Amino acid sequence: MASTIRVRATSSGETTEVQALIQHPMDSGFVKDAKGEIIPAHFIQQLTFEYDGKNVFTADWGGGVSKDPYVKFAFKGGKKGDELKISWVDNKGATDTTTAKIQ
Amino acid sequence: MTDVGFSATRRLILQGAGAVALVGLGNPLFGLTPVLAAANDKYPEEAFKAKNEADAIKALYGKTAEPSDKVKMDAPEIAENGAVVPISVMTTLADVTSISFLVSENPVVLVASYKIPAGTLPNVANRIKMARTSNVIVVVEAGGKLYSASKEVKVTVGGCGG
Repeated sequence: MASTIRVRATSSGETTEVQALIQHPMDSGFVKDAKGEIIPAHFIQQLTFEYDGKNVFTADWGGGVSKDPYVKFAFKGGKKGDELKISWVDNKGATDTTTAKIQ
Repeated sequence: MTDVGFSATRRLILQGAGAVALVGLGNPLFGLTPVLAAANDKYPEEAFKAKNEADAIKALYGKTAEPSDKVKMDAPEIAENGAVVPISVMTTLADVTSISFLVSENPVVLVASYKIPAGTLPNVANRIKMARTSNVIVVVEAGGKLYSASKEVKVTVGGCGG
């Protein structure tokens, strides 16, 4: 299956800017469907970014993050061609992991 | 049959023991076992149940925040669609370790909390849901203290209702 994670990591020399877009429903558990039944909570709880074996960013998310979540951050260092590892886990225990080359 | 049951139980116990050992040893192992280390960064379950911002901030950090003009939030004046409200924050504060986003009027006030390790810049952009017009609060932990910024965002169509 294609990865749910799309990442663009761009090095400017001194810093690396990372943008991630993930396919996930991010159901908060407060919304009702057309029949008036509650759509159960289903959202990513933790998203981590690692570079060179070290954690560079961790997102702890609740159901209040928008569907197909987007996040942007930047860290010092990061070489073009090096890999960034991205993983998430949701409240149902599902996970996905991918790597992205820094451009 | 009993063999299978036994080995499955045994594996569970071993995994449990491994996790405990890892927690016990703490930070020095982080670089060597990135996957397990990530799982060790505990998800703040209680903070994501809080119904008001004071409780959420307390559950997350165990202290209170003071407003600071060094925390700059970029949020729209009016959000036409409460399901997708782009919010970003940047700060000139030094030694930032964490940045969190809260929406006062949401059923769960805490939306997102980001851990900022040394070397990562204290600038974060994301997209959040807003149930209705509300204050959006950003809390920045820097040098062990909490600083906040707040802004009212008017929501035309709520993003949490049914």
